[in-house]
Amino acid sequence: MRKVYIGPYNCISPLGCTLEDTWSAVLEGKSGITLQEPIGEIPNTYAAIIVRDELDSYFTAQLQDIKLAEAFRFTKLEKLMISALLPIVRNLDITTETELIISTTKGNIAQCDGKDKDGVAASLPALAQRIAYLFGFKRSPIVISNACVSGLQAISTAKRLIQMDYCKDAVIVASDLVSEFVLSGFRSFQALSDGICRPYDEDRKGLNLGEAAAALYISKQPIPGQKQQFYVAGEASINDANHISGPSRTGEGLKCSIERALAEAATLPEAVDFICAHGTATVYNDEMEAIALHRTKLADKPINSLKGYFGHTLGTAGLIETILSLECLRNNILLPSFGYQKQGTSLPLAVITEKIHKPLSRCLKTASGFAGTNTAILFEKEIL
Amino acid sequence: MERKYHISKHCRIDHHGVLYNGQPLSAEISTEFSIFSKAFYYSLGTTYPKFFKMDNLSKLAWLGAELLLKEELSKNIAIVLSNRSSSYDTDLKHVHAISNTEQYYPSPAIFVYTLPNVCIGEIAIRHHLQTENIFFVSEQFDSQLTVNYCNYLLNSNRAEKVLCGWVEYLEENYKLVLYLVEKTGNLAHDLNVVRQLML
Amino acid sequence: MEELKSELKAKIIEALNLEEIAVEDIENDAPLFGDGLGLDSIDALELTVLLDKDYGIKVTDPKVGKTIFQSIDTLAHYISENRTK
Repeated sequence: MRKVYIGPYNCISPLGCTLEDTWSAVLEGKSGITLQEPIGEIPNTYAAIIVRDELDSYFTAQLQDIKLAEAFRFTKLEKLMISALLPIVRNLDITTETELIISTTKGNIAQCDGKDKDGVAASLPALAQRIAYLFGFKRSPIVISNACVSGLQAISTAKRLIQMDYCKDAVIVASDLVSEFVLSGFRSFQALSDGICRPYDEDRKGLNLGEAAAALYISKQPIPGQKQQFYVAGEASINDANHISGPSRTGEGLKCSIERALAEAATLPEAVDFICAHGTATVYNDEMEAIALHRTKLADKPINSLKGYFGHTLGTAGLIETILSLECLRNNILLPSFGYQKQGTSLPLAVITEKIHKPLSRCLKTASGFAGTNTAILFEKEIL
Repeated sequence: MERKYHISKHCRIDHHGVLYNGQPLSAEISTEFSIFSKAFYYSLGTTYPKFFKMDNLSKLAWLGAELLLKEELSKNIAIVLSNRSSSYDTDLKHVHAISNTEQYYPSPAIFVYTLPNVCIGEIAIRHHLQTENIFFVSEQFDSQLTVNYCNYLLNSNRAEKVLCGWVEYLEENYKLVLYLVEKTGNLAHDLNVVRQLML
Repeated sequence: MEELKSELKAKIIEALNLEEIAVEDIENDAPLFGDGLGLDSIDALELTVLLDKDYGIKVTDPKVGKTIFQSIDTLAHYISENRTK
């Protein structure tokens, strides 16, 4: 099967309005997770939220650049998506062979006041159409809403469709907000941490929600002007078929996803350079991942979770964390797993605790989510 | 190599009743989903108490999958579903819970269903399908996308069979069309046939 | 206490959608989780919400939850000691 190439890409997060800003902040070891003011009826919670004023002024400046009136009254989510997309799409020749793929778990749910029985304001197809129309995409956009693996599945879906000759290239955009809707739900699950989250750590107490948007271009052709090419070497999405909210205790779905991704890439575990895992910092998720990684003989590989930098960004997580991991590959640098101090999983993992410079070629990215979802993608770097 | 696949089984559940491979099944027809779904569940003769914990979207998906997969021996069945309203029917329930500032008690049992793909999870759990799965959201069923995606899964040996379809539920308006794609079957797995099924 | 236990059984059946179970089917000392009524982690969280909503008791420690929710007896006992509603 043909290789499918990645780049350029961009993101907007609580650490900065551009990828450069977010990357610099992460290199400096900053976290965008802070104690928030009450949201609705929810008291002060640790979360990573993009400040509205900062987003609005950045967005307005971007709009002037493309001469578009504010009259469209975009929602915060749409502003994030557009901001992430603009640098990618600005110089792109969007053809009839270009797909737009959107990853989101709850989209514009914050617009729902409970009285809208038709769901127009929160409609995902409508959101997708607005974005597609704004940028002049010629095909109907594809929306993937498959819990927290959506961001990674958007990449694997694009790769599959390109390999099928269904399209020649694709633009992927992902976003989710920290809304009272989602915050209250995770709170009812007692899944929220009372501090900045600590993936894999023995004192981990749960996750922080975060909001971000990310965008990425993917194509059947190598990316022009890039000496380093990144491609999707292998991927799989296997369901646990165990429980609708709790992960499999044996990590079955994740294990299978990883094995199949590596098999597709004809790559042995030894050849993986590092793993950027899901690491939400809930007791069960991290424990499940440790088991799955041991079962796939990857437990000795340097591993991080990026969720301590900007929280769990839901539908964006797979995409923004992939983007930062590709930057790690590009720059040959391993990022520490923010918040980790002491082993907290029953089986040990080689959690990265400081920045390390070393040649890197292969990154395994994983994600897991509600309803037993799991996705694993092996990304490879090729130097032309 | 261009391989041809077939649709071996299909079903439809909507306000007109239940069709299995185009034939009506005798069942309680009622526009009230709670009454219909309970009666239809009992008519299937299965024992699955978790059914009653599900939200409407998951109940609908589960019932359709039960019809098609009840006698399936294969466990290598991928699931590719889509709808228009995502999980909005249940989202509204959660929104109501958090709009009540006097009695603010969001329910985890409701919140867990505020993702459209949970209906896939319920099917996977019921039939022990540790397989590929994805949920798309679109205004209408995207036949081209689903047919191509399904072919990819089969061509690349990621699944032996694929359960595809449309599962839409919003405020008592519901429509399910599910079909099973595999190497052999009575109908050809192509755009025209799929579009017909979805009408 | 017997009245509270009956009340709890009815509430649990309703809150957890135990469609095919009647109040008479639930023994006071039978395990609620595991083999008993087959309740799972989401049910445990729902019961936590029920305790807060109907009896004014907040349970945030999962270990505490595990001991309280063992049976109707343990649950009724805990509620009668700690209820604020």
